[in-house]
Amino acid sequence: MDCDAFYASVEKRDNPELRDLPIIVGGGQRGVVTTACYLARLHGVRSAMPMFQARKLCPQAVEVPIRMGAYIEASRQIRALMDELTPMIEPLSLDEAFLDLTGTERLHKTPPAVQLARLASRIQAEVGITISIGLSHNKFLAKIASDLDKPRGMALIGRAETSDFLKGKPVGMLWGVGPALQQKLAQEGIRKIDDLLRYTAKDLANRFGSMGLRLYDLSRGKDARKISARSPVKSISRETTFNKDTADPEVLDGYLWRLSVETADRAKAKGKAGRVVVLKLKTSDFRQLSRRLTLETPAQHADTIYTVASRLLQAALPNGPFRLLGVGITELGDEAAADTSTDLLDISAPKRRAIEAATDTIRAKYGKEAIKKGRALK
Amino acid sequence: MKASIERSALLSAMSRAQSVVERRNTIPILANVLIEAEGETVNFRATDLDIEVIDKSPAMVEQAGATTVPAHMLHEIVRKLPDGAMVALSDDGTSGRMEITAGRSHFSLATLPREDFPVMASSEYDCNFAAKAPVLRRLFDKAKFAISTEETRYYLNGVYMHASQGADGLVLRCVATDGHRLARIDADLPIGAEELPGVIVPRKTVAELGKLLGDDEASIAVSVSETKIRFATPEVTLTSKVIDGTFPDYTRVIPVGNTKRLEVDAAEFARAVDRVSTVSSERSRAVKLSLDEDRLVLSVNAPDSGAAEEELAVAYGDQHLEVGFNAKYLLEIASQVDRENAVFMFNSSGDPTLMREGNDDSAIYVVMPMRV
Repeated sequence: MDCDAFYASVEKRDNPELRDLPIIVGGGQRGVVTTACYLARLHGVRSAMPMFQARKLCPQAVEVPIRMGAYIEASRQIRALMDELTPMIEPLSLDEAFLDLTGTERLHKTPPAVQLARLASRIQAEVGITISIGLSHNKFLAKIASDLDKPRGMALIGRAETSDFLKGKPVGMLWGVGPALQQKLAQEGIRKIDDLLRYTAKDLANRFGSMGLRLYDLSRGKDARKISARSPVKSISRETTFNKDTADPEVLDGYLWRLSVETADRAKAKGKAGRVVVLKLKTSDFRQLSRRLTLETPAQHADTIYTVASRLLQAALPNGPFRLLGVGITELGDEAAADTSTDLLDISAPKRRAIEAATDTIRAKYGKEAIKKGRALK
Repeated sequence: MKASIERSALLSAMSRAQSVVERRNTIPILANVLIEAEGETVNFRATDLDIEVIDKSPAMVEQAGATTVPAHMLHEIVRKLPDGAMVALSDDGTSGRMEITAGRSHFSLATLPREDFPVMASSEYDCNFAAKAPVLRRLFDKAKFAISTEETRYYLNGVYMHASQGADGLVLRCVATDGHRLARIDADLPIGAEELPGVIVPRKTVAELGKLLGDDEASIAVSVSETKIRFATPEVTLTSKVIDGTFPDYTRVIPVGNTKRLEVDAAEFARAVDRVSTVSSERSRAVKLSLDEDRLVLSVNAPDSGAAEEELAVAYGDQHLEVGFNAKYLLEIASQVDRENAVFMFNSSGDPTLMREGNDDSAIYVVMPMRV
């Protein structure tokens, strides 16, 4: 399922005067086109195009600023309608999702194509935007199909017509084949999908590694990827790979603090706190170590996460040097009771919590880099 | 080696040995107990490389000698033998087997050479003193619940024993804390302990010491060095490495300016805490104490499961106070009180709270409140 010029469609829905005008959603800081409506696209305006170029191509276009809130709301409404068809939904973005309709024919007493046609008309009626549908027997083909008949499209690639469909199509259509790989394939004389059929899986694997095996399958219309339904966030973590492996406690301490701050920032943004602090390390010889500690009350503050992770790191130091360090919290819960227990032996903790609350206020007002601890500079 | 030993003496020696020997061992000899027969005794020696226990049991030794056998298996065998039985242990030194005979029961256990058995190096002790078993029992028993199990803070994984200045002169002091609560127990300083270096006695050693002290009034010889501690009775010697680390400065943790005084019957208090905490969510286990003049209301409010409240008549004369604690910690400290009322000294809902028995400062507990 792929919405047609999603942001632009929402704008036209909310402002009917724009309906018959070419519009461009975007501008803002970077000055690029985020979405162009189909009328603007007729003039050659494309997503990610610099604004000045778009204006040259289509001077009469109306520029509309991004209203993310409205798009999220529309996306939620669409999601609710999709949920009625199947729980197996894998959203790719606000306006695109895979739906696994396997087995739903018995449930809804109608074949998937009919279910999807009804979904499209309900979305148009209830949300006020149009979508395009691609229906096939795997993710790769469904995605291609959704682009075939846009906008307000409905395309189907059946198992029987798969090989005919792929015949003569450029290799760039295959999932994961970008310009660089396309060029590499061209050097081997592979330009069309059917050119790949001449090679054995082994040949392709030898030449292109694991990508070769994927090319082998995709060129035959096979794609074993499953639809992974969205699961709730289970943990929040940040990690970094060092430019140079290190065992230096001072260097590690600096990274540990910065990662703790980033983890805490995300936790605060999500309103979550974690009962378990996790430290992840990868040694120079690629051994992965994971250390965790369960707390009495959940952690959200950078200071709490850092203090605990630092103890875990101290104990793990003899395993160094390390190439990667990660910090996170898991067993997430509500932030209400976060950071409420105090270590008797850590007398200055309440003061440090107050400092973090104060610096957070400053950072919210003047930007994340406005104030930081000296430790962050290590 | 050939010796006969009374089943109950053998059982007590093997109980001690098997509790020191780890259940799972990568080094086979560490699963064994060293049995040495000589004169009129058999020595049973077990170790996990950090702790060594030696039990001297009276026996009829026909032929001196030594061997090692799996400790847990021998313990199980002895445990299942009938009480009052005489148990004969014999090892010809060549068959690789030790024979165990009691009445009509006969066992044969695989042995490992005694030469392979690691014997803890004897060391010079800087300080030797004698202490009565009940004194040591009180010092360690009342402190041990607060020992931390967190491996990253290994220096808290034991009881810190040292000589210190108490209110009425020098004391032998044991301190344990896990950062949530702290116990500080004092006893009169035994003669000879003035030069005692501060040592952290590991949790497992504290547990073994508890078994060694038993219920009697015996005098225990205590020897301490920078790296080891030894507790000995005429029959049993327990030697342990001490934790190589620095115990934090606990004195800063003990509140001195808390003025809000609550006095309550400890047993009644503990039962009430236990009752109201039944409804608390498994995780937070927070109990709220609301104090007004001579009245304490304990309450738990767990949004998911329910609420509970109980009122207690107490002695309290200060202004209204609300403070929350982990129910488990309250129960643990309340259960340390056995003679008088429990006296809590509060400052505010965010500061460490002190608890003691009556006005006795020789055993004090500090617990950190939770926000409720």
